Amino acid sequence: MSTTAQITTTSPEPQSISSAKGSELTGSQAVLEACIVEGVSTIFGYPGGAIMPIYDALYDYNDKLKHILVRHEQGGIHAAQGYARASGKVGVVFATSGPGATNLVTGLADAMIDSTPLVAITGQVFAHLLGTDAFQETDVVNITTPVTKWNYQVTDATEIPAVLAKAFYIARSGRPGPVLIDITKNAQIQKFRYEGYTPCNHVRSYRPKPIVRKEYIEEAARLINAAEKPFVVFGQGVILGKAEKEFKAFIEKAGIPAAWTILGLSALPTDHPLNVGMLGMHGNYGPNVMTNECDVLIAVGMRFDDRVTGRLDKYAKQAKVIHLDIDPSEIDKNVKATVGVWGDCKETLPMLTKLVEAKVYPQWVEKFRACDAEENKEVIFEELHPSTEKMTMGEVMRNLNELTGGNAVIVTDVGQHQMVACRYAKFNQSKSNITSGGLGTMGFGLPAAIGAKFGAPDRTVIAIIGDGGMQMTIQELGTIMQTGVDVKILILNNEFLGMVRQWQQLFNDRRYSFVDIASPDFVMVAKGYGIAGNKITDRADLKAALQAMLDHKGSYLLEVMVGKENNVFPMVPQGCSVSEVRLK
Amino acid sequence: MTKQEFTITVYTENHIGLLVRIATMFSRRKINIESLNTSPSEAEGIHRFTIVIHETEEVVRKLARQIEKQVEVLKAYYNNNEEIVWQELALYKVPTDEIAEKVKVERLLREYGARAVVIRKDYTIFETSGHREETDKLVEVLAPYGLIEFVRSARVAIIKQSKGFHEKLKEFEQTEPGEELVENEYLDKQDEVFSM
Repeated sequence: MSTTAQITTTSPEPQSISSAKGSELTGSQAVLEACIVEGVSTIFGYPGGAIMPIYDALYDYNDKLKHILVRHEQGGIHAAQGYARASGKVGVVFATSGPGATNLVTGLADAMIDSTPLVAITGQVFAHLLGTDAFQETDVVNITTPVTKWNYQVTDATEIPAVLAKAFYIARSGRPGPVLIDITKNAQIQKFRYEGYTPCNHVRSYRPKPIVRKEYIEEAARLINAAEKPFVVFGQGVILGKAEKEFKAFIEKAGIPAAWTILGLSALPTDHPLNVGMLGMHGNYGPNVMTNECDVLIAVGMRFDDRVTGRLDKYAKQAKVIHLDIDPSEIDKNVKATVGVWGDCKETLPMLTKLVEAKVYPQWVEKFRACDAEENKEVIFEELHPSTEKMTMGEVMRNLNELTGGNAVIVTDVGQHQMVACRYAKFNQSKSNITSGGLGTMGFGLPAAIGAKFGAPDRTVIAIIGDGGMQMTIQELGTIMQTGVDVKILILNNEFLGMVRQWQQLFNDRRYSFVDIASPDFVMVAKGYGIAGNKITDRADLKAALQAMLDHKGSYLLEVMVGKENNVFPMVPQGCSVSEVRLK
Repeated sequence: MTKQEFTITVYTENHIGLLVRIATMFSRRKINIESLNTSPSEAEGIHRFTIVIHETEEVVRKLARQIEKQVEVLKAYYNNNEEIVWQELALYKVPTDEIAEKVKVERLLREYGARAVVIRKDYTIFETSGHREETDKLVEVLAPYGLIEFVRSARVAIIKQSKGFHEKLKEFEQTEPGEELVENEYLDKQDEVFSM
């Protein structure tokens, strides 16, 4: 037998792989079988030395698994996040060892803090080389420990079916999160007798959700029934728990006004009469002020992030707090709960709905509306119908809403445009708002939008991105080019790193330090990637340009030049109480 | 709330990498671990971490929940010093000549409950176990006589109220735990309850 590799000039036909019980599979094939059984339709990834056996196996699985070749592993994992958030399924990303794996870290951290179910599979050097500083070896398991819900290194192929079953189960159950499985090259190559794939539904040391105790529901209902000014604040838990209906039924019966965190957005339709808007630093005036006026605060699937609460020692001190969460470590973490209801809100909300009295609080809801009127007068009207020469981000959103009717998936990057988009975008259905909330990852938007389109192929996906964030993962235009995925890219260009500039203006005496960012000709860059585009600077062109973007068959990039020094208001300055929210 | 010594007892699976996962819970919050011990527990296949930190109860309670959240952790308890019985082991190496000539070895052994583990011509190794103040005292006593080496182990502790982990493990092994045994929601009453 010759040891020199034959250089083949033509590629062979893919083979048909039998995955019957008792057949012989390689570790790599077992990985792909797991993805198929788990219902993964799309994998995002990038090949490299240590993951080559898995990519070799993919060659034969091309008809069953769609693999999207990204341009950078960070793009791959953000795409998997977008896929997961739009579809409600587990996102999967492949990367090689060393730099491939370390490029996943930002996405893992983002998925960890935003509770996104992911399974990341990384190649690793041969087991006998572990710890020798081999080529492209990094200690991926230890690097990713703080940013994964669970991680594990496989060195033997026979472990693969059970480990992957556990990985998918842990990623999606309880409070979801990212799981990383690092597989040494020898385990990918190793052949073993395949005994089939059994999905996991129990891990001894892990209890994703408890049996709900009625006493706590009863106590919560008692507080709610006695309340005069109850207020609901909800987060992504409602979406992750697939409990949108249950949530709506609860607030409608109890008649309680409800405000959302940035990740809870779209769980309740924008125009629902009890939807009183957005919480937090750039949230609406009413929800922030009323947080410190309500008598019972009911938090559903949210974690009292500092951007939501502002100064904690002045947060809702007058209120009794009911906190419904699936993660017991969140209860009492930031805000002390009068009643902590540990459980899946899909189960706890209907139990609570049953016990609460059907009520309405017209005077109380009116107070929110009065705040709305104030905010409208001071901020919103001018933002949506500006009298300035330059366009505002808000008016772009208003025009977009009119054209989409609130039916599009809106993916945002991070910064001013994100706050404006979340404040003003209209949503009719859940899982429509995809953004990097907890980690605030610039560069998230474009790749996440690509993933979102694969996760929700029948929906219009619009990526709204700033000029700074666009340049962080602009390489993913290549992924759009190659796959032909239909993503509408709307760049709101203010020629600044706007949010940092806003802070420098307000808090650093206008000392604009390195926020003046130059941009390439985005439309020409898109053209280079074969993507159609347009740039507008005049208000007169806005609506038609947005319409052209939406009507275009395939991807499209629209760059809108907006006012350079516009600020996002209202704002709860850092270190201030939510009731100190500033309108200007 | 004032800081005091707390002992965190963590029942875990025996899993590579879990030590790092637990250690980062502390380092991430810039909390110094005073002592850390891992050992088998009363339940077969279940490991037991004993971690001592000096913190407020509020911080410790949140930490225990974060630790318990880790997939391979079955249960994390925290206790103050009144709620546990604990020991630390210490070894002292001293020159045999000095000891034999200048100290009444017998008195040493009696007063400090020390035990000679090794006696050689050149050195003698004593062992004591007890609380930190006790093992520290013997260091002071031996220092003038040329203490060559001293080492103290991490704390090991038994929770006075604990009934052990055997019954709880059976619960964990079931896919659907029985309602009467799921004492989970009493989030602040950690002892009688079962917050898996």
